[in-house]
Amino acid sequence: MTEQELQAIIFAELKKVAPESDPTGVDPTENIREALDIDSYSFQRLLVGFSDQTGIDIPEEDYAKVSTVAGITAYLAARLL
Amino acid sequence: MGEFRMPSLGADMETGRLVEWLVLPGESVKRGDIVATVETQKGLFEIESFEDGIMGEPLVPAGTEVSVGTVLALILPERTATVAESGTTVSPAAAVTMASPLPLTATPEVSVTPAQPPAQPQRITASPSARRLAAELAIDLAAIRGTGPHGVIQRGDVEQAAQARDAMPRTTDSAQPATAGSIHPGMRQAIAAAMSRSNREIPHYYLETEIDLSRPLQWLEAENRQRSIRERILPVVLLVKAVAKALRDVPELNGYWLDNQLQIQPDIHIGFAVALREGGLIAPALHGVDQLSLPALMAAIGDLIDRTRTGRLRGSEMTDATISVTNLGDRGARTVFGVIYPPQVALVAFGRIMERPWAEGGMLGVRRCVTATLAADHRATDGHCGSQFLEALNRHLQQPEGL
Repeated sequence: MTEQELQAIIFAELKKVAPESDPTGVDPTENIREALDIDSYSFQRLLVGFSDQTGIDIPEEDYAKVSTVAGITAYLAARLL
Repeated sequence: MGEFRMPSLGADMETGRLVEWLVLPGESVKRGDIVATVETQKGLFEIESFEDGIMGEPLVPAGTEVSVGTVLALILPERTATVAESGTTVSPAAAVTMASPLPLTATPEVSVTPAQPPAQPQRITASPSARRLAAELAIDLAAIRGTGPHGVIQRGDVEQAAQARDAMPRTTDSAQPATAGSIHPGMRQAIAAAMSRSNREIPHYYLETEIDLSRPLQWLEAENRQRSIRERILPVVLLVKAVAKALRDVPELNGYWLDNQLQIQPDIHIGFAVALREGGLIAPALHGVDQLSLPALMAAIGDLIDRTRTGRLRGSEMTDATISVTNLGDRGARTVFGVIYPPQVALVAFGRIMERPWAEGGMLGVRRCVTATLAADHRATDGHCGSQFLEALNRHLQQPEGL
């Protein structure tokens, strides 16, 4: 998987939980849940989506590391690329 | 002999539009089968039959807006044929709405909704499964020719239409699913009507308590470590289950204020407030919460949130909540004071879970806490009762293994 493919997966999954938004327009260092108004249930759905697409199951203690687009990208890239 | 009536899907509902019949005359229906879809100010709902029988001829055509209580069709006993006089069956849905008189006959169309979406030009019959698929794939049912009996649109017809559409070149990539994003025009008015009635009629009293969630959350985190991401349980599940258990200890808060008296309900159906992404709020019922294990309750909450946000709630879920819970999770305000949804007599609200200074045994520490607030109807209960409830709630939360 390339970094571009990973980016595409991340944006597609964000779009699923926040269908009316444009995730590509979010500042990569902004808290994604604040920026896209994602509640705790939708956040879990988002992580299930990442798990389905990448096989990576993010444990609860790492949730703080995946609070931004940049954080999610780095976290998944470190385990995939 | 049963009468299938326009149900009241909430204290604020006066009329509803019968959108579609999903069962044809002469077909048999079982209690709980979805018979029709109804549109209210809050959106589209699936309406179940409350008895077994044979579907009679529709008395109200699809596309018509009628008052709550209007007979839409008769449900005939098995092996009986012709239409007879009105029965007096009171459905559970009707029982909830005793506060407002039910019109027994069809009344002329009343329009309380300032803006309705454009009415469907003609009657469309489609199987429930085809209808769902069409919504998911953003296929217009009106443009499909059905190949089922009586021209009913079936799942295969929708799949074919989707294939045909996807084969066409796309001019733009911004096509949105039909169900997402658009705020329902009457939603604000529906909330306004219910909340105005609540504030006008219900003398609220409020109690608030601070609950230390450190132990229950540590317990939950240990549990979740053994679970795959799909099976992980959110903190809200502990809160909702503890509310149900506390209601078993203090049942006076679980019920309705009807006919000038408190009517305590035997089952605990918790109206769970779900914010819609496009704005507005719906609090459909989680059924029999005290009977559910934590994983089962997590699944029920997930299912309810998904169906609330995609417009697939059932009529009964809009009518039979016996108390409501609102929860802000890990974002938002620290304290919430709720407005009771009539005819319920209580609402439990949880603010944001956050770290706070906590004094105990002469020591000051940092704990993860939540502010639990009870809004209750002073006609039905007093502060002493409400206080016992909040104490029971805390006690159950401190023993998460027992939830």
